[in-house]
Amino acid sequence: MIPINYYIILSAVLFTIGTLGVLTRRNALIIFMSVELMLNAANLAFVAFARAREIATGQPLFDGQIFVFFVIAVAAAEVAVGLALIVEIFKSKRSIDVDQMSSMKG
Amino acid sequence: MLFSEATPSGFFFLAPWLVFAPVIGLLINIIFGGRFSEKVIGTVASLASGASFIVSVLLAWSLAAGGGHAVSVPFAEWMHIGSLELDWTFRVDSLSTTMMLVVSGVGTLIHIYAIGYMHEDVRFKNDLGRFRRFFVFLNLFIAAMMILVSGDSYLMLFVGWEGVGLCSFLLIGFWYEMDTLGRPSWANSNAGNKAFITNRVGDFGFLIAGFIMFWAFGSFQFDEVFEAARTVAPGIIVAITLFMLIGVAGKSAQIPLYVWLPDAMAGPTPVSALIHAATMVTAGVYLVTRSAELYMLVPQAQYIVAMTGAVTALFAATIAVGQYDIKKVLAYSTISQLGFMVAAVGMGAFVAGMFHLVTHAFFKALLFLSAGSVILGLERGHHHLAHAQHDDHGKGRKGKKDSHHEDEVFDPGDMRNMGGLRKTMPVTFWLYMIGTLALAGIFPFAGFWSKDEILADALKEGFTGVYWLLSIAAFFTAFYMGRQIWMVFFGEARHEAAAHAEESPRVMTVPLMVLAFLSVVGGALNLPGMHTLTLWLEHTIEVHAGEFVMSVAVISTLLALAAILLSWFIYGRDPLKAGQPDPLKKPLGFLFTGMENKWFVDEGYFAIVIGPFKRISQFLADVIDWRFWHDFVHDTVIAGAYNWFSNIALNRYADQQGIDAFANWLGSATKSLSATMRRVQNGFVRSYALSVLLGVVLIVGYLILK
Repeated sequence: MIPINYYIILSAVLFTIGTLGVLTRRNALIIFMSVELMLNAANLAFVAFARAREIATGQPLFDGQIFVFFVIAVAAAEVAVGLALIVEIFKSKRSIDVDQMSSMKG
Repeated sequence: MLFSEATPSGFFFLAPWLVFAPVIGLLINIIFGGRFSEKVIGTVASLASGASFIVSVLLAWSLAAGGGHAVSVPFAEWMHIGSLELDWTFRVDSLSTTMMLVVSGVGTLIHIYAIGYMHEDVRFKNDLGRFRRFFVFLNLFIAAMMILVSGDSYLMLFVGWEGVGLCSFLLIGFWYEMDTLGRPSWANSNAGNKAFITNRVGDFGFLIAGFIMFWAFGSFQFDEVFEAARTVAPGIIVAITLFMLIGVAGKSAQIPLYVWLPDAMAGPTPVSALIHAATMVTAGVYLVTRSAELYMLVPQAQYIVAMTGAVTALFAATIAVGQYDIKKVLAYSTISQLGFMVAAVGMGAFVAGMFHLVTHAFFKALLFLSAGSVILGLERGHHHLAHAQHDDHGKGRKGKKDSHHEDEVFDPGDMRNMGGLRKTMPVTFWLYMIGTLALAGIFPFAGFWSKDEILADALKEGFTGVYWLLSIAAFFTAFYMGRQIWMVFFGEARHEAAAHAEESPRVMTVPLMVLAFLSVVGGALNLPGMHTLTLWLEHTIEVHAGEFVMSVAVISTLLALAAILLSWFIYGRDPLKAGQPDPLKKPLGFLFTGMENKWFVDEGYFAIVIGPFKRISQFLADVIDWRFWHDFVHDTVIAGAYNWFSNIALNRYADQQGIDAFANWLGSATKSLSATMRRVQNGFVRSYALSVLLGVVLIVGYLILK
């Protein structure tokens, strides 16, 4: 049985990668993917803690899993809105470089 | 209201109509007069005055029927403040009814006369508005005079006193934009101002007397004042009576305030007759008589009053000798006769004073109105002449120009332009003769009886000095009246206009005949042995019947006859020729120059009072007010200090270096702060995300390490 620490470390590594991706990359799509990475790192932590508690208490409670479903649904909605925004930005700027989007006006 | 207070016996409830009849008359003329003709306006005014006369007669009759006891007719509350109660109450007693009868009786006759006179006044020029205004003023005068004589307190008396003063002012300056000859000038207006201002000086005295009275007695009501006066120190009474004398001197034209009366002749002649001879100027005499109980308490004050009157009588009589204007002679004569009355009431001979007041009202009104008739007669002759000249010259412009030129120089009031009017104006001549004989004091005319009573009383009361002054004044009176008669009516015409003079119409001569009749029989009011007036006035004031002293009567009659004879010798025997100087000029020398120039009193007043007053005013206005107050205090001190304070202290230091500096610092500080801060907001999403991360790390780190 894989100890829970391994899952937590993997989740932290994934979150850090996602964070660095958001902070360092200029391509909006890559940033989105990085954000997904951070969300899924959180999902992994949720599921891991939920499984660990089930083992510890012997009672199957699905709180963590239900949260994960919510996060997936919210992420899907976010992507839908975010991609639509990126398409619109691309239409006006012919670019999806976030550094170019430094002014308040379109 | 007016009818509700009927007393069971007599007509006393009618008393308010003394005042309201003329007021209604003047209101009718004010409101509807615009649509009336001259005749209607004059009739309304005369009827209003006549109604007042009828009321006076009814009151006098009721009073006599009731035994002569004074009756108070309360009319209205004026003001009640705390214990101060001032009411408008009519007092009907023998003294006030005597005045009422004279004022409304003579007043009505003069109203009627004025209908004819005003129509012919050269200045009238068919201006109906002026005509109406004249009668409104006349009615207003009657109303004010009635308030004066019928008042129950010194306060109501003062209200009327001021009212008649106002009417006098309005009527002296009636032709305010021209002089007596109708030329544009401020002469009449100035004469009105002079009268008004001089009277202010007198009224000031009256007011002070009133203040002292109220302070000492707490009342203005006649009976209460007289009651209280017996218990206070005589010094207070002396002060009241002497201050009152200043008022009397102003209103009744006594030395030193008489100077306004000769100038008041600028008013139309009916005004001179009514206000400045018969009624208003006697208000002072009435005041002293009314205050008899006060004056009787202080013989010192009585003596001063008597001397003032006597000196005025003589002084004014001498001036009258040197005058050439027919109305000016009569004006000085009026001052002189008022001096007789004031001397009489000052001596305590109140009946004699009132008697002379009444007879003087008759004959002086007669003389003035006859003088007006003479002036108009000359005016008609002049007009006639101008027309004849105009016709002679055909319709050419030259003739018109000539006659206009003559209009400007011809003075119809100048006795040097008259002469021989006996033939052209016979009615006026005889009327004037009657007036003259009455004034000169020839037996049996009215003036003889009243003047003799004054002289006899002067001797009886021990005022020998006053007696002599008045006797000499009586001599001068007869002399200047004789001079006037010879110059005006006898001899040859000294001017073309006099030769063509025409008699006046009936509307003017008939009232004169009534007055002439009264001047003849007026003496019957108080014949020696009968004492009608004495018995009548006895009900109101403490009097004693004067005795007829044969020697006094003989001496004064002889003096008067001698004076008339002397005047015939100088002016009648060898009539004045045109352009010839007065025959007295040479023998009397500087004395006559003095008389001619009114003893230079006006000039003296100008030098002593008016000149310095003007200089002081000029000094106050120019130096004190303008240069010192305005230029120095305002402009230099106040404005300078203000400028310094605002420019230097407030502007430079407080504002620029204080408030401005702080505001500027605030601005620049904000600016530099934002210059620093704006670097954070660079628009790069990643840097924002980084700061969010750092914030999260900090918060989480804090929570973990806590």
